[in-house]
Amino acid sequence: MLDEVATGTMITQTSDSLYTQLVKTAGERLSSGTSGSLGEIRKQALERFKATGFPTVKNEDWKYTNVQPLVNRAYALEAEELSGGAAWEKARIPELDAHRVVLVNGQYSSELSSVEAIAGLQVMPIEQAFERLCFAKYFTAFADKTDNPFVALNTASFTSGLFIEVGKNTQLQKPIHVIHVAASASPLFSQPRNLYVMGAFAEAEIIESFVTDDAAERSLSSHVTEIMVRENAKLQHYYLQVAGEQSSYINHTEVHQEKHSLYNNYNCSFPGAAFVRNNINVRLGDSEVESHLYGIALTADNQLVDNHTIVDHMKPHCESYEWYKNITQDTSTAVFNGKIFVRLDAQKTNAFQQNNNMLIGEKSAVYTKPQLEIFADDVKCSHGCTIGQFDNEALFYLRSRGISEAQARVLLIHAFAFDVTSRFANDTVRQYVEHLVEEGLQ
Amino acid sequence: MLSIKNLHASVEDKAILKGLDLEVKAGEVHAIMGPNGSGKSTLGNVLAGRDAYEVTEGEVLLDGIDLLELSPEDRAREGVFLAFQYPVEIPGVSNINFLKTALNEIRAYKGLPPVEAREFLNKVKEKQQLVEFDAKLANRSLNEGFSGGEKKRNEILQLAMLEPKLAILDETDSGLDIDALRIVARGVNQLRTENNAFVVITHYQRLLEYIVPDFVHVLYNGRIVRSGTKELALELEEKGYDWIKETVGA
Repeated sequence: MLDEVATGTMITQTSDSLYTQLVKTAGERLSSGTSGSLGEIRKQALERFKATGFPTVKNEDWKYTNVQPLVNRAYALEAEELSGGAAWEKARIPELDAHRVVLVNGQYSSELSSVEAIAGLQVMPIEQAFERLCFAKYFTAFADKTDNPFVALNTASFTSGLFIEVGKNTQLQKPIHVIHVAASASPLFSQPRNLYVMGAFAEAEIIESFVTDDAAERSLSSHVTEIMVRENAKLQHYYLQVAGEQSSYINHTEVHQEKHSLYNNYNCSFPGAAFVRNNINVRLGDSEVESHLYGIALTADNQLVDNHTIVDHMKPHCESYEWYKNITQDTSTAVFNGKIFVRLDAQKTNAFQQNNNMLIGEKSAVYTKPQLEIFADDVKCSHGCTIGQFDNEALFYLRSRGISEAQARVLLIHAFAFDVTSRFANDTVRQYVEHLVEEGLQ
Repeated sequence: MLSIKNLHASVEDKAILKGLDLEVKAGEVHAIMGPNGSGKSTLGNVLAGRDAYEVTEGEVLLDGIDLLELSPEDRAREGVFLAFQYPVEIPGVSNINFLKTALNEIRAYKGLPPVEAREFLNKVKEKQQLVEFDAKLANRSLNEGFSGGEKKRNEILQLAMLEPKLAILDETDSGLDIDALRIVARGVNQLRTENNAFVVITHYQRLLEYIVPDFVHVLYNGRIVRSGTKELALELEEKGYDWIKETVGA
């Protein structure tokens, strides 16, 4: 009996090395095909990844988020397409009128996408954007400066993803709804690469949803999204994580802002996807820049949702505002790590950070860590963090007025989330998110 | 309407109510008085169904329905209302949304459709006048930042909106100045009908000058030890609770 178990483990381990598989595939592809500067960038990235490998919990950034069990499983690197393809409809937001971009297993699907032709707007698979001027200029310009091994690996070996360019002075009337569908019939490791460029004075709203086809096998997606927000541009950016349990995500978002620009990120996770790690780094690269990061994670079952953010004040007179709320049910875990840098140059910075947590599940856990590194001397920075539970007095008060326990909980959770949901620029998305909060409560 | 027989209740294994009997008929106002620690607030909380209170013996019927079998929300839907001694502040839950949710859940329980938006707002306005409570409720969180008097008036506003059969006022007079007390009492008096009943829990006789009870009961050591008419309250005021302790002890 013992022998059988031991043998089973052995086999899994030997057939399993995702690392070897990835390094081999990327190495072969790079030595045969791609040449020129892109090829060189990717070769260097592969070397960086080989030097570190996948992170372990000994790495401070991954202390509570162990990727080893995930990356030590077997995956195919090519998707085995499922028939159907209607799973994107799970991402539908009631009453939202938007351009639709659907990526299935990281591959742009022109069949399922529906983008109106608008002067100044370019939406295409990233693999068709290599020749574009702004691709050469911004691809790997910022994300690859970080030490995230998943970024290096993605740069070295991505094969698909999304490119969006909103040209100078172009103000989109309708949001772009990007829907990432996990739908592979066999276990899949995918690495979509996205680059969004907001030209000077451009304005847009990008809403990204993550969903899973019911028939899909397990998957691990490692997204890297680079976003350039040029002078006076404004981008409202939503992440709506509503994927299924069999899907896991490691997402890295790197935003670089130029003078007078605005970037708002609204990052929402709901019960479903077993493992979600988001790195959201915002670099305020010039003066008079404003950034807002809002987050709400409602977790259930044995889920793990980890949001790591960096707000990097590099220049004077900028303002950042960050507010994350976690609500953990059952045996789920939420992690929040909020780092704020205020560089020597960044005088007159105004930075705010707040993280509030509500532990509902008696065996749920929250790890939260605000980190402020301030090198300038004339700045205003504040941060705060709270951990609490359901207020039983409040629950009883509501119930004593005829409100059911379930409805009373919904009221109290809405009240808890209100600081975040009330900031949503898009009312339709706010209502959708409030509905998901209600649905996600057990 | 309300029939309590031999009610025993405890908190954290400490017996508080030790065989309480009370009969309240529709249209009546009963005052429950008693010294600190006699079990007055426990009675209110047990009737409303607070978790921490365990009923170990006895029965409570509301028009024949066994209240003790019901959840707090179902008791409210059957027509029980407890005006809290310390109303809870709930930031982020709007007063108006709260009132509407409560009203509609009670209506749904009775098989009635949700209240129309305009009708609801008119009703709120009318009832606010009744309790002379002119606070802007629309954009304010439930009880948040309310003064003690405002919180108590908000309790009476909820009472007016939800129109329960049986209202229990738990030391509603505590912390109120004489003007606020008069306003709260006037509100209650206007809500009295021949179909509803009030149980007024109080330490002092003061409130009973404004809400005149049909019966006064003295609660001591978990039981009602004396019952009478409103004159009993005056006698208590004059002689003090020691008089009760002595006569019962003897």
